[in-house]
Amino acid sequence: MTQPVEAFERAGIFQLAGGAEGRALVFSQPLSFWGGIDAETGDITDHSHPGLGQNVAGKILVMPSGRGSSSSSSVLAEAIRKGTAPAGILLERPDPILAVGAIVAEFLYGIHMPLVVCEIDGIATGDRIAIGSGEDGRAITRVQTERQPLKSPGCFP
Amino acid sequence: MTLELSTRDQSMLDSELGPSAAAAMKILVAFSRAIGAHSLLDISGAHIDGCLYHGKAGLDFVERLAEGGGRVKVPTTLNVGSFDLIHPGMVKMPAADEVPARRLMKAHMELGCQATFTCAPYQTRFRPEFGQQIAWGESNAIVFANSVIGARTNRYGDFIDLCCAMTGRAPAWGLHLSENRRGRILFELDVPDPEPSDSLFVGVGLIIGQASGDRIPVIAGLPQPRDEDQLKALGAAAATTGAVALFHAVGITPEAGTLDEAFHGEAPEETVRITRSDIDQALARLSTVPDGSRLAAVSLGTPHFSHEEWMRLLPLLREAAPSRGIPNYVKTGRATLTRLQEEGALAGMEAFGLVPVADTCTYVTSIMERLDGVVMTNSGKWAHYAPGNIGVTVAFADMKDCIRSAAVGHVVRSST
Repeated sequence: MTQPVEAFERAGIFQLAGGAEGRALVFSQPLSFWGGIDAETGDITDHSHPGLGQNVAGKILVMPSGRGSSSSSSVLAEAIRKGTAPAGILLERPDPILAVGAIVAEFLYGIHMPLVVCEIDGIATGDRIAIGSGEDGRAITRVQTERQPLKSPGCFP
Repeated sequence: MTLELSTRDQSMLDSELGPSAAAAMKILVAFSRAIGAHSLLDISGAHIDGCLYHGKAGLDFVERLAEGGGRVKVPTTLNVGSFDLIHPGMVKMPAADEVPARRLMKAHMELGCQATFTCAPYQTRFRPEFGQQIAWGESNAIVFANSVIGARTNRYGDFIDLCCAMTGRAPAWGLHLSENRRGRILFELDVPDPEPSDSLFVGVGLIIGQASGDRIPVIAGLPQPRDEDQLKALGAAAATTGAVALFHAVGITPEAGTLDEAFHGEAPEETVRITRSDIDQALARLSTVPDGSRLAAVSLGTPHFSHEEWMRLLPLLREAAPSRGIPNYVKTGRATLTRLQEEGALAGMEAFGLVPVADTCTYVTSIMERLDGVVMTNSGKWAHYAPGNIGVTVAFADMKDCIRSAAVGHVVRSST
């Protein structure tokens, strides 16, 4: 079955610049890295989070904001070192704690994990995401969506 | 948006003050850009929450700074580590974990940080003064410095607190700036003739932490505290259930002489009433066992016990004279412990089960002999985190009930 493909671009601001590609993993609820993600595996371990049991490694993690303890910086840096971190993170609101983890990992290990602030509406888990830089240094996020075929014309909005 | 650097900032960035300062400045600049700060400002001190081992990245970072021969540029205290260096053998840890965890504490000392290893740096000679700009980690210390002292720090932690210490600079944003210290949400204590009991302050802290979100809370109607330890307990609880970095208590804390001063003349965005039953419910959630449950241990001093708290505890211990061998772990800063020893205050107290713990805390490392019974605590913060961290069952009560319970061997509470 062929699926209609839809693509769009979102301009955003880099908290930490870089390029990345991957499948979106989208949460409407913020996830704390400390106490929420196992840096050994990238598995989500927070029992109160809807993403419990999923894995962030290599994904583009999309969520409204960060959450919780500043120890999340260490957990993110450790996950980037071990290769279990997301390939990039899209947030609606800037997060100083995740920024620190990504900045320090880049400094220590030379691994870039871009952190972008942009509108996240319309991005769904499984979408193909490519993060790159625009001419003015802004973040450009390309989203390629594979929509499910419509069940019937009646549900067209 | 541009970040303006001073000549000295730029020379640090250009490695003129050595590779460690350059590395710290580089990260601080990247961080300042990430949060949208326009400039950096001078700080007079720092408190580093970096001595608990969370993985290799944390140690790699400190080693990199230490290799460069760097030193902190302002007086810098250290938060708790994984070991009690004063009482060797108290912490039990597999050797593979012990080596990097010990190295982490030592590497921070090589950078010129003070070996305070306390979560209550405001009890040491490095306590800041009103209005001073500082860069502090550790949630309870941050809220105490901002609220009770009126010093100015954001919620720093993990890496950035140390970058501020290594450069003597912090981004000019957030709570460093007067306009961002304005109260936003009002909590009215609706309790007739409230007694300034320890549990009242803990309960209020739990509630404002839960309800404030990222808004600065203002509390009206709080009774005058007996001492600053009650405000310490309030702030620690608020920073446990929420992300509170600053609270104002009208007529009590230094930036809240009046309601108007606390809100900078503006109206609260929301008003929340706190009743006696709200407080009772918040405290009840800290205890998962009924009265009468068998007691395994008592844990006091989260955040670290002040000298004044010891002076209230020791007479209670002598009076109740617990003799059942139930350990009473009391965490405290090493400077406070030294002072008590010099005063001879602790002589003979081990007979009552007293186990003083310095440099660390019972919920971040393996100290407690038994984790299979109920542990009583007077700390909202310990009661909240210990079940998840070390798997214990907790009963919350005030200090007097904790000691009475140790004497009879099971949980007894005169009030919640």
